[in-house]
Amino acid sequence: MAHLATAPGARRRRARERLRVLGFLSPWLIGFTVFFGYPLIATVYFSFTRYNQIQPPSFVGLRNWTYVFTQMPLFGPALWNTLWLVVVMVALRVVFGLGTGLLVTKVKTGAGFFRTAFYLPYLAPPVAATVAFVFLLNPGTGPVNDALTALGVPAPDWWGDPHWAKPSLVLLSLWGIGDLMVIFLAALLDVPKERYEAAQLDGAGPVATFRYVTWPAITPVVMFAVVTGVVQTMQYYTQALVAGKLASGVSVGPGTPVQPGYPDHSTLTVTQLVYSLGFQHFNTGAACVLSLVLFAVAMAAASLLMRGRAGLLGAEDRP
Amino acid sequence: MKRGRVLHWIAVHTVAVAAALFFTLPFVFVLLTSVMSDDQAMSGELWPRSWHWSNYAEVLRTPGFLTWWRNSLLYAGLGTLFTVCSSLPVAYALARFRFRGRRTALVLVIATMTLPPQVVVIPMYLVWAQQLHLSGTLWPLIVPLAFGDAYSIFLLRQFLLTIPAEYTEAARLDGCGELRTLLRVVVPMAKPGIAAVALFQFFACWNDYFGPQIYAAQNPGAWTLSYGLESFKSAHSVNWNLTMAATLLVMAPVIAVFFFAQKAFVEGVTLTGVKG
Repeated sequence: MAHLATAPGARRRRARERLRVLGFLSPWLIGFTVFFGYPLIATVYFSFTRYNQIQPPSFVGLRNWTYVFTQMPLFGPALWNTLWLVVVMVALRVVFGLGTGLLVTKVKTGAGFFRTAFYLPYLAPPVAATVAFVFLLNPGTGPVNDALTALGVPAPDWWGDPHWAKPSLVLLSLWGIGDLMVIFLAALLDVPKERYEAAQLDGAGPVATFRYVTWPAITPVVMFAVVTGVVQTMQYYTQALVAGKLASGVSVGPGTPVQPGYPDHSTLTVTQLVYSLGFQHFNTGAACVLSLVLFAVAMAAASLLMRGRAGLLGAEDRP
Repeated sequence: MKRGRVLHWIAVHTVAVAAALFFTLPFVFVLLTSVMSDDQAMSGELWPRSWHWSNYAEVLRTPGFLTWWRNSLLYAGLGTLFTVCSSLPVAYALARFRFRGRRTALVLVIATMTLPPQVVVIPMYLVWAQQLHLSGTLWPLIVPLAFGDAYSIFLLRQFLLTIPAEYTEAARLDGCGELRTLLRVVVPMAKPGIAAVALFQFFACWNDYFGPQIYAAQNPGAWTLSYGLESFKSAHSVNWNLTMAATLLVMAPVIAVFFFAQKAFVEGVTLTGVKG
């Protein structure tokens, strides 16, 4: 019947089809425009203005941009800390996640128990986990330093020492490795059994088996874990902020302006700097410049995520 | 050969037990400290000399704590409901319909997914606070979820792609409209995916710290548990026992939900992985 349809009928059907697509997409079309499109444009605009959120914004050209990149004292430390966390945290999390995933595949007795035990900390709400770790690593009352002292190991002042604060955050993030462990576990269980049997027949040892059988099969998942890890770590905020605030020992409720990044700006991240500039110092222009820097990095990560074998776009949607 | 096997078993399980200790001991220490007396909690001792379960009652009696609990439930409950209802049709369209601009829409969804909330927060805050006068409430966090959440849209779409097209085709041939097909045919089959997305969104709201910090900070009556916990610690800076009890009370609902919905959860985590 289709070929007999008159042209106006076909057009009407196509119009109806388009309307239907629009209807289904409408929540997101509105959301995307209002909660993403508008604020992004406004952020670009504010980045060229001086604006204290009381008087109307006044245009200052590139002044905020040059201020952030050449003069702002905290930009350097914030960028350095964020990069440090992105490199160290992501690398260690991938290694540790793969390690725990492998371990669960090797365990013969109590695999279910170990899987749950390894996974559970991932579920701890970040604020609660951070409070717990501030306590656990606390030099005076925490059990970790007592244990270290008992073993004769010099115990660091974890959250209070600028050299140890970021490693403490990494430790906290390794405790919550559950998400990566499950992803790696699924990938490891997907490797065809015959390949392992073939490797065994060839007399391959465990290292050679991992190198030539396991690794090639799971590389896409490793790449995926790295890119999503970079995306997450770039946004790193809650744990660093809460740990810094609690460790500083300043007895203040949330909302009270505190210089973020205790000790010595060693836990200050770019996201915290956006908050501090925009909501404590009301330097909207500089905060928006930093927002756009984050935006650029996020978009670079997003384009990596969509590419390649491990890309998030299905085969039919790839260019 | 047999001895080698036994040694291998011992080695693997020793490492596994050590790892399990690393993951579980923090919970144990938090629990033990939470029932200590005030004095003992300040010492380095590990085992409670006497068990003060009343610490939990004291935390629950703290002004505000139950309000924060209610606010967390409101934010996470309504937020999850809104997210699922608004994201499902979008995910369905992106998974099933063929239309011009579909790839672009998908690219934009993935792009928003990777975006830190800090990027667009300042203009959004100004609208909510200065034009709509809704700062000091959780509505600026809940309302946007009624307009689709990129992460949930993406996960749901991945799941919907695994449902064979024959089912929806059959419904269509039976004269079922698209919306009816979605509700009657697709939703029942997509239950595991929907459950996983709902869980993720519930926890994302429950755990959110940045959102309440921006919009609810001025009004303690609107704080959530995740946000209030930090002030609890600040106010009880010496009482590690009470702080640890509060910490466990914030963790407990999430962990309880996990044990009830373990399967949906693990399914969801693997769904985030590569299933192109």
